[in-house]
Amino acid sequence: MTEPAITPELVTKHGLTPDEYQKILDILGRAPSYTELGIFSVMWSEHCSYKNTRPVLKTFPTKGENILVGAGEENAGIIDVGDGVAIAFKIESHNHPSAVEPFQGAATGVGGIIRDIFTMGARPIAALNSLRFGELSNPEVRRLFSGVVGGIAHYGNCFGIPTVAGEVYFDKSYEGNPLVNAFALGVLRHDQITRGAAHGIGNPVFYVGPATGRDGLAGAAFASQDLTEESAEQQRGAVQVGDPFMEKLVCEACLELLATGVVAGMQDMGAAGLTCSTCETAARAGTGIEIELDKVPQRAPNMSSYEIMLSESQERMLIVVHKGQEEAVKRIFDKWDLPWSEIGVVTDSGRMVVRHGGKVVVDVPAKKLADEAPVYFRESREGTYMEGVRAFRLDGIADTNDPASDLKKLLANHTIASKNWVYRQYDHMVRDGSVVCPGSDAAVIRIKSDSLPITKAEYAAKQAGQPAPASAPIADKFVAFSVDCNGGYVYLDPYEGGKAAVTECCRNLACTGAVPVGSTDNLNFGNPHYPEIFWQLKESVRGLAEGCRAFNAPVTGGNVSLYNQRGALGAIDPTPTVAVVGIIDDPKHITTQWFKDEGDAIILLGKPVDRSDPLQGMGGSAYLKTIHGTKNGLPPRVDLEAAKTLHTTLLGLIRAGGVKSAHDCSEGGLAVALAESCISQLVARDTPRLIGATVDLSGRAAEASGPSPRVDALFFGETQNRVIISCAAVDATKLVERAKLMGVPAVKIGVAGGDKVTIKTNAAELSVPVAELHDAWWNSIARAMA
Amino acid sequence: MNFSILQFPASNCDQDAVHAVRLLGHSAHLVWHKDASLGDTDCVIVPGGFSYGDYLRCGAIARFSPVMQAVKQFADNGGLVLGICNGFQVLTEAGLLPGALIRNRDLQFHCENIFLKTTTNDSPFTSKIPAGKILRVPIAHGEGCYFADEVTLANLKANNQILWQYCDANGNLTDTANPNGALQNIAGICNEKRNVAGLMPHPERACEPLLGSDDGKWVFESIFAALKEKTAARAA
Repeated sequence: MTEPAITPELVTKHGLTPDEYQKILDILGRAPSYTELGIFSVMWSEHCSYKNTRPVLKTFPTKGENILVGAGEENAGIIDVGDGVAIAFKIESHNHPSAVEPFQGAATGVGGIIRDIFTMGARPIAALNSLRFGELSNPEVRRLFSGVVGGIAHYGNCFGIPTVAGEVYFDKSYEGNPLVNAFALGVLRHDQITRGAAHGIGNPVFYVGPATGRDGLAGAAFASQDLTEESAEQQRGAVQVGDPFMEKLVCEACLELLATGVVAGMQDMGAAGLTCSTCETAARAGTGIEIELDKVPQRAPNMSSYEIMLSESQERMLIVVHKGQEEAVKRIFDKWDLPWSEIGVVTDSGRMVVRHGGKVVVDVPAKKLADEAPVYFRESREGTYMEGVRAFRLDGIADTNDPASDLKKLLANHTIASKNWVYRQYDHMVRDGSVVCPGSDAAVIRIKSDSLPITKAEYAAKQAGQPAPASAPIADKFVAFSVDCNGGYVYLDPYEGGKAAVTECCRNLACTGAVPVGSTDNLNFGNPHYPEIFWQLKESVRGLAEGCRAFNAPVTGGNVSLYNQRGALGAIDPTPTVAVVGIIDDPKHITTQWFKDEGDAIILLGKPVDRSDPLQGMGGSAYLKTIHGTKNGLPPRVDLEAAKTLHTTLLGLIRAGGVKSAHDCSEGGLAVALAESCISQLVARDTPRLIGATVDLSGRAAEASGPSPRVDALFFGETQNRVIISCAAVDATKLVERAKLMGVPAVKIGVAGGDKVTIKTNAAELSVPVAELHDAWWNSIARAMA
Repeated sequence: MNFSILQFPASNCDQDAVHAVRLLGHSAHLVWHKDASLGDTDCVIVPGGFSYGDYLRCGAIARFSPVMQAVKQFADNGGLVLGICNGFQVLTEAGLLPGALIRNRDLQFHCENIFLKTTTNDSPFTSKIPAGKILRVPIAHGEGCYFADEVTLANLKANNQILWQYCDANGNLTDTANPNGALQNIAGICNEKRNVAGLMPHPERACEPLLGSDDGKWVFESIFAALKEKTAARAA
């Protein structure tokens, strides 16, 4: 097979700069072959190398006493959760593929992140996702939205992982470039942690899983450039096709193989497929690797070495096995009816050598390829739009004269509205662990003994036909997680927006009764070559990092997705999505967001309105956007110290008993949070449990010094660090006093009950039947999609 | 009692069924789809999931598996067999239960809690369900719309084979309470001999208050009681 000659045009076409090409020449001491050029181009793409973001990523807090596998070490981070049990989790994007082919793009995004988890030796037990789309009034957006949700459902449901939480935002900035960030979490015992390293000179290297085809050719490189109409069309072939059935088999077979003890190292073939898995495993172990492409199972005839090395066919794994124990691979993969092939060997050369048709087609130093991608310190400059953002004031905007109508509009705003149309399509209960399902502030999953992968002792007993040994059963553990990011805030103030994202996540966890243990983030931005975009990235990471430090939620890994922009539509709102994972020690402390009983007291923790903010918490608010069509103004500030105090106090109150519900105030402010507390409990299909509320904010507003806040700011402002809790009437004074003692502003603002939501201030009053609010909120997305 | 839970390659509620049975005080073991024997067993559960991927038609391939031949024989000899969700689909494909499960009427997958009315207590799967008790249990399926021709439907009714129907909180068989368009709100049925049953909802996901409902346990308690009676009869 003749390969094309390497020309400057070909180098450019591979997304490599002349300097980068020179670096390749220096590393090799000769011109690369066509296959080698392809290999360098994918490994040095942003997706694989983080070449534009490495210096910024280094500023994240990544250390912690419970961290067993840290950020950047492996395919996913791992955190100790006690009793010899650990959790592995990570978030990853599949934005560009989803823009081109929403169903398969999203499906394979889920598949990829699940593989990252079982590659670590963990059994995947929960998934969540964070999605961004344009406005649903646009038919193309509806197509993307329903395709993405369908793809996630297709893959997750068949695989058998509960998709228990997520978030969806709708904003014009995502119109041509939706975001699909998928998160998965797995569980394992400490001694089951598996490394993606090719250890042991002379150990055989196995390829397992379905055959390699031409699908997904160079997807990593595709993800590392701007989307254009042209590229989208051309790259349709770069979108992989997912097979969740296959993934389920590969996962089960891998976990079984791990229990035999024959595995020396394992890595999935994700982005950059065979290329990435071979050179990374060798680089991690400081070894070399030699593979024979003629032995790779192939789906299409006459595939070139370039195609085989760069294919991103799904559900494939690379496994290094201790020499002499090859039989186990054959036995187990035959049992699961999966293709497998011994394709190579671990060497001591430090080189990645690939043979095809009897010839060496690739011979490169593995470590240099994997770890020594160029690093860029991109120029950063504050965008000129920020002047206008800073200058924005509320003077020209009349205060609300119909808060009831505003509230209904906000509840029906697709970003705020119930996402039941989405999560009803996801199996969120499989595996008998979903304690808090989608629809509350954070999801809660139970880890039980049978969630864990089979141990070596259990497996050996099973093989010998003996009863399973009594391997120490573990006490049930409860893991909570939430994913958040208000991209509008980040656009208007990247630093504060970054802080707000982590803070909201941790506030959601606190409302659920959980303490954060770690986080994972997905940085979705535009093209980093624009200094204004890079500034957004840098500043928001500064905010995120500060937040993660404050809440003791070190980053254990994540993903960067740049070039999220499409032609004239421009860049997306910067969206550094963050998922935080927390632990709840006692199931009694698991708390949900909805009011429980008639007559219960409603208490507001936190200040009703931040008086130090000239915009009274209205900058970048859903209210300004929905009612006044404006996305402007500095978003509400986050005081991290106050946030920490709030979260610890709330947890203290929950643990002391008596807190019957807790719901955080975010988009839409106090009125929306109150309404949600009244309407979000779902008993069963078509059967919500609605409960009214009567709330009086007038005393509180008058009490504070200075001019009265605007009515809209009191109702719909998004002042940070606020939580609505409820408790039995007799406990109200006690809870308020305790909160104040801990340094958190607290006041009883009303009583749950009745069939209306009534909120009164000094200047205005709204009163709406709770059923009307429920209808606006619950059915809004279904109506848009009908 | 000892339960055999079938394990097809993409069964994904197999562990949940094992968990539920053990939680309720009995023993359960998995039986691999390539095994031609069920081993020592009192009851077979065909669990939920996607058996062989179900890209063709849910359960269409599973019926040919070696283990299903053993299940057929077990059922022919009067053994109790319960199919849950995908297991219900497999049992209809295998001819152990009449009718078919087709795509939900809105073409979407549905995962939500629903209310179930027990149509008759006259079966080993429903005998212990308290009279008038409306069960709240989850569903999670894309192809759960029960369909049968008129003759089959008439027979089901004549023989009292409809075990569960979708209803609202008050037990009314309304159209809005029907999540998938199933004929006559049918959620589960049994065969004429009343020893094989299938249902789309997941009782094994509703056996402990921690998960929101323990109504599903009544299905298992009914089976335990029937097995106990059988054992007693055998001993006598």
